[in-house]
Amino acid sequence: MINASILWARARRPAGWCAATVLGIGVAALAVACAPGSQRAGGTPGAPPAPARAAAASPGGAGPTPAPGPGALSVPNADPFPSTYTPFPSRVTVIQHATILTAAGPALHDASLLMRDGKVVAVGSQIAAPADAVVIDGTGKYVTPGIIDVHSHIGVYPAPGVAELANGNEATDPNTAYVWAEHSVWPEDPQFPRALAGGVTTMQILPGSANLFGGRSVVVKPVPSRSVQGMKFPGAKYGLKMACGENPKRVYQQRGPSTDMGNVAGYRRAWIQAEEYRRRWDKWNADHKGDPPSRDLGLETLAEVLRGNILVHMHCYRADEMAQMIDVAREFGYHIRAFHHAIEAYKIADLLAKNGIGAAEWADWGGFKMESFDAIRANLALTARAGAHAMIHSDDAAGAQRLNQEVAKAMAAGVAAGIPVTEDEAVKWMTINPAWALGLDGRIGSLEAGKDADVVLWSGTPFSVYAHAEKVWIDGALLFDRSDSAHQWRTDFELDYVPHAGVQR
Amino acid sequence: MSARRVIAAMVALGAGLVAASAAGGQTIAIVGGTVYPVSGPRIERGTVLVRDGTIVAVGPDVVVPEGATRIDATGKWVTPGLVNAETALGLVEVEAVDETRDMTAKGEHAVAAAFAAADGLNPASPMIAQARADGVTSVVAAPTGGLIAGQAAAIDLVPGAPSTMVLRAPLAIVAEVGNSAQAEVGARGELLGRLRGLFDDVRTYERRHADYERADTRPLSAGPRDLAALVPVLHGTEPLMVHADRASDIEQAIALARDYGIKLIIVGGAEAWQVAPALAAAKVPVLTGSLLNIPDSFGSLGQRQDNATLLRRAGVTVVLIGNSGVEDASAFNVRNIRQDAGTAVAYGLPWDEALRAVTSAPAAVFGLADRIGALRPGLEANVVVWSGDPFELSTRAEHVLVRGREHQKPTREELLTNRYKTLPPEYRR
Repeated sequence: MINASILWARARRPAGWCAATVLGIGVAALAVACAPGSQRAGGTPGAPPAPARAAAASPGGAGPTPAPGPGALSVPNADPFPSTYTPFPSRVTVIQHATILTAAGPALHDASLLMRDGKVVAVGSQIAAPADAVVIDGTGKYVTPGIIDVHSHIGVYPAPGVAELANGNEATDPNTAYVWAEHSVWPEDPQFPRALAGGVTTMQILPGSANLFGGRSVVVKPVPSRSVQGMKFPGAKYGLKMACGENPKRVYQQRGPSTDMGNVAGYRRAWIQAEEYRRRWDKWNADHKGDPPSRDLGLETLAEVLRGNILVHMHCYRADEMAQMIDVAREFGYHIRAFHHAIEAYKIADLLAKNGIGAAEWADWGGFKMESFDAIRANLALTARAGAHAMIHSDDAAGAQRLNQEVAKAMAAGVAAGIPVTEDEAVKWMTINPAWALGLDGRIGSLEAGKDADVVLWSGTPFSVYAHAEKVWIDGALLFDRSDSAHQWRTDFELDYVPHAGVQR
Repeated sequence: MSARRVIAAMVALGAGLVAASAAGGQTIAIVGGTVYPVSGPRIERGTVLVRDGTIVAVGPDVVVPEGATRIDATGKWVTPGLVNAETALGLVEVEAVDETRDMTAKGEHAVAAAFAAADGLNPASPMIAQARADGVTSVVAAPTGGLIAGQAAAIDLVPGAPSTMVLRAPLAIVAEVGNSAQAEVGARGELLGRLRGLFDDVRTYERRHADYERADTRPLSAGPRDLAALVPVLHGTEPLMVHADRASDIEQAIALARDYGIKLIIVGGAEAWQVAPALAAAKVPVLTGSLLNIPDSFGSLGQRQDNATLLRRAGVTVVLIGNSGVEDASAFNVRNIRQDAGTAVAYGLPWDEALRAVTSAPAAVFGLADRIGALRPGLEANVVVWSGDPFELSTRAEHVLVRGREHQKPTREELLTNRYKTLPPEYRR
């Protein structure tokens, strides 16, 4: 039953960094993980991906015993599960005569976009197509940056939504900062290719919201891969999922926290421990005197937040709770990157703007819990008007496929409330602003020369209910083509089980 | 529109024109808009004339009586009010708050046929005005849960007591095929066996009623009120709305309906496209949406967004309901039915068909075509003036008439928006 699973998801729910210079440990491994892309050998996106490098490391398994990796000690920025993603094969591609919403300035009309070697090379009206380029006529069509979904549970709450696959909430303790979402991600979740077909090119997979501290997030690209490592966005920072409000209280009402004040006490107690842990380890890392302190996976993650290396993504609905969490963050010297769901962001948009905190919101979800009862559709427009980083998010694998439509509804609500929102502004809500929330705005989220070529070609304005994503490129490689089944990835689960389009009984 | 069609439309509307000239009482004329009557072809610069809550004329040359209130719809689109045919509107306020949930009965052994959900209808629910403000003028308020969930009702979104709102109650009985856990059985076959046993018992209850009252029958599998509530279903006078997604479950529901003379309506129907010919042959309508394509359970692996399109091509009557997959679609977001309609168009359903699927089709399926679902003289004046294409996300419902009246009380959403758009002084600290 759909509704039950969604309620579970919402009720209980609702990266890697290439800073190899930090300590000089594990530099070689990090360098490999972060190298921008030797081309993946052969294969088409529709077919099973070619073997990843990591998997081929030790033929026959007869190699020498490996030395302890960087995770053997508590090392800031250790990368025990490095990304093995490399861009898929790409061709030089030019889209011509399109309307381009760059998310970096005003819309360009009858304009062209040139991609080469995984990067945007040029955007503008005077671009000659190189002789070897694939030329796409974009007349009447729109081009946007790839959509970025900062709040997804795809892979950790896969389809089919059966208990055996529901790995999104480690609901066994209010503080599970020690879990990492990537260890729950099922790469064969059929929801990945569907998000891609909706124009999503980057997504943050978060643990659910059962716990005060849910664990680490992971940033992935929705691409075919045998392992989650093959989907991980190279160099993306990890996030920490935290949750306010009703969910932790409900899940732990017997053992606590069972009240809002219990929630806040839970955060503060954990940060006090984390601060001490961080001091101990920073000292040892500096002098290496004596045995290293004991490791604690949860405190390691929290200490990394305090060091500014992991971004906090906090599920929080109510304005008063967000205001309190801003004070908690100030008390312990960390920063909240974005409040997620943020149903009442519109009530404190000025506070969010002043503190440099983003708000990831739905267009119109509401009413499902007390803390979502004051949902209004002008939330995004009011948040943006105040100068805060406003962004759409899905929290839902169906919604992830039409974030453009969700933005369109939020735009319309802004207009209805007397807050005009242009397409140039609205496109930011699904591209550059979520890129900022992930700390990736220097690499993705807008169409500018030098940025990663994550691009969507739309059949018309993406803010129409009738629009389709026709083609989707990630790092310049065509990963989805609505008109070509060879570019429509089907997961293992779907083979001979999920009927092909057009097949009747 | 062809000239022949225009003339036909004008002839068809002649009677209404005469009636309008003798207008009295509260009269509203919506003039100048592009009118989509659904019951007939589009009319450019048409007039919809409403008196005392009823449509009295629709056409290009309707004479507007003196004293009528005019609504200028020049450049606007005028359609019948939208019908969302599967909601919990008025039956739930906050889904997570048990005391506000009135759509699921306890029942006995998952059977609650006598449960009249609309008896618990909350006319004060803020979600009612919220749905109406977006052009939804009628809904089916349906119970959920169990094997037999209870009785659905059709309501108009007018202020007033539940008895005022109700168009028809009971409208249909809601049942489940395919969800064993919800039906308190262990397997699909057991569920179907229970349904057949229950229907056999209803026959016994009816045919040997005197014996039953003397306790001179074998024990029956449900109580007398539940058995009595199912009698009209076995007479085929009250439809049975059956939740079924898997193609084989739908086939079983068709067989069950055939065996017992039941007027069947499939709700959900994720894989209905796979058995479209059987549905068409049995004249079974399907209530489905257009927003889901995820194999999110083993019963809906074939779920796809062009379900409605494929069903229509096979000749199946399709009613579009919200199926965003999110529970708030049943109350808080009843208003998003037009996004389902627009998305169905994006997946191949002709635009006119999509409009029918949220207006005249639900009216016809539930036997309400003489009350709602079109702009035709004699029907309730449920009319919406839209700023543009009603399915477009940028379009607003500018005027919404239900039973001939505009209800302009601001919604809770509007009140909150206005309060925080310009902070009141006491909040500026």
